[in-house]
Amino acid sequence: MITRTSDAARLGSDDADADEKAKLLPQLVAHLHKHRTELREEWSNRITESRLLTAMTPQEITSETISVYDNYVEVLETGNVEALQRYARDLSERIIPRGVETHEVVGIVLLLRDVLARSLFEKYQDNFALLGRVLDAYEPAANRIANTVAVSFVDERERVIRQQQEAIRELSTPVLQVRERLLILPIIGVLDNQRATQLTEQLLHGIRTHRAKVVVIDITGVADVDEPVANHLVKTVDASRLMGATVIITGLSSEIAQTLVTVGVDLSKMYTIGDLQGGIEEAEKLLGFKVTRSAEH
Amino acid sequence: MLVSIQRQGNFLIASIHTALDDEELLRFQKDVVAQIGKHRSRGVIIDVAALDVMDSFGSRSLRDLAHASRLRGAETVIVGIQPDVAFAIVQLGMSLDVHTALDLEEGLEFLERLTTGNLDLERWGCVVRVPGR
Repeated sequence: MITRTSDAARLGSDDADADEKAKLLPQLVAHLHKHRTELREEWSNRITESRLLTAMTPQEITSETISVYDNYVEVLETGNVEALQRYARDLSERIIPRGVETHEVVGIVLLLRDVLARSLFEKYQDNFALLGRVLDAYEPAANRIANTVAVSFVDERERVIRQQQEAIRELSTPVLQVRERLLILPIIGVLDNQRATQLTEQLLHGIRTHRAKVVVIDITGVADVDEPVANHLVKTVDASRLMGATVIITGLSSEIAQTLVTVGVDLSKMYTIGDLQGGIEEAEKLLGFKVTRSAEH
Repeated sequence: MLVSIQRQGNFLIASIHTALDDEELLRFQKDVVAQIGKHRSRGVIIDVAALDVMDSFGSRSLRDLAHASRLRGAETVIVGIQPDVAFAIVQLGMSLDVHTALDLEEGLEFLERLTTGNLDLERWGCVVRVPGR
C-alpha cells in the first residue's frame, strides 16, 4: 500500500517521469515475453535446486510454472490482479490436498521475482540510471503479485480448514432416526464439556424436528467421563423428558459405571440398558413396535 | 391477548402466547383452576410453545398450577417446551415434576389415555413419577 501511494505521489509530481515509466513497463514486458522459455526454465531449475514443490512431478511443475509465468507477466502488463487471484486460488485448491506448504508457494513466487530481476540487471547493466527506473516500475508490481499469490493460498487453506472443522463438528454428534419417533445418538471418542453441550443442543432440537418419543444414547465408544460431563448427561435426560421424550442410555463401560457411582451422580432418573441392541429393543417396546423374524428364515 | 383458555371436550387447552409477568402468571393460574370447576374438565393442557424463556417463578407457577388442578380433579400436561427452555429449566435446577409432552397433539393423546385409564404409565414415553401417584 505504501509503495503504491508513494508511486502515485511521484506520478503526480513529475509527469515526465510518469511518461517514461509508462513506456518502461511495456518495454520490460516485451523483454519478458521474448525470453519466456529460457527464463521459465531458469526458474524451474531454481525451484528444483531449492527443493521446493517436492510433492509434484517435474511435468506438473513445468505446466504450472508456464501458467504462473504467463499470469505473472500479464499482471505486470495490465496491472490487473484478478485473473492471477483466480488462478492462484484454483492452483491452491489443486495443490493443498497434495501437502504443498505455504513457504513453498511463497518461495517459488519470490524465486520467479528474483529470476526476472536478475535478467533485468543483465539487460540494463550498462545504464545504471535506467536500471534504477526499470526496477522502480518492476518492484512494486512484483511485490503485489507475490502478495496476491500468498494471500490467495492462505485464504484457500483457511477455507479448507474451516470446512473441515465444520464437518468434524457436525459429524461428532449425529442424531439418527431409526424408527418413527425413535432416535439414536452414537457417541464415539472423548466426551468433553464442549461436545456434551453440543450433544444436548443437537439432541433437543432433534427431538423437536423428528418428534421423537424415545432416544437411545449409546456411549459404547466413550472411554471415560468426568463428573461435570456425567452431570450434564443427567441434565440432558431431564431436559429431554420436559420435551416429552424418554432417554435410554446404553453401553456404559464398567469404568464409567464405577465413576458415576463414585462421584455420586444422581442416577435415579437414568434409564440404562447394557448394550445398544438391548436399548433399541426396549425403545421399540416402549413405542409399541414388534419386530418378528419372517417365516422363511 | 396474552393467554387463551379454550374448552375441548373434557379438556381445557390453555395457550400462553407471550411472556407473562409474575402477576399475570398468578391470574392465569387462578383462571385455569376456576375454569376447571366451571367446565368440569378432566384434564388441562398448557401450551408454552410460544415462550422462548422461562424463569424460576414461571416454572414454579406451572408446577403449582398442575398440583392445584389435580386437587380439582384434572390432570395437567405441559406441552411445547422449547429445546432451549427445557435445558434452561434443568440447568437452573428447577424441578418441573409434571407431565410433559412434545406438542398439543401428543398432549391430547396423553390426556385421552390417562383419563380413560387406557395408559400403561411405564410404557408411555413422557411419563414422570408425580409425587402422590
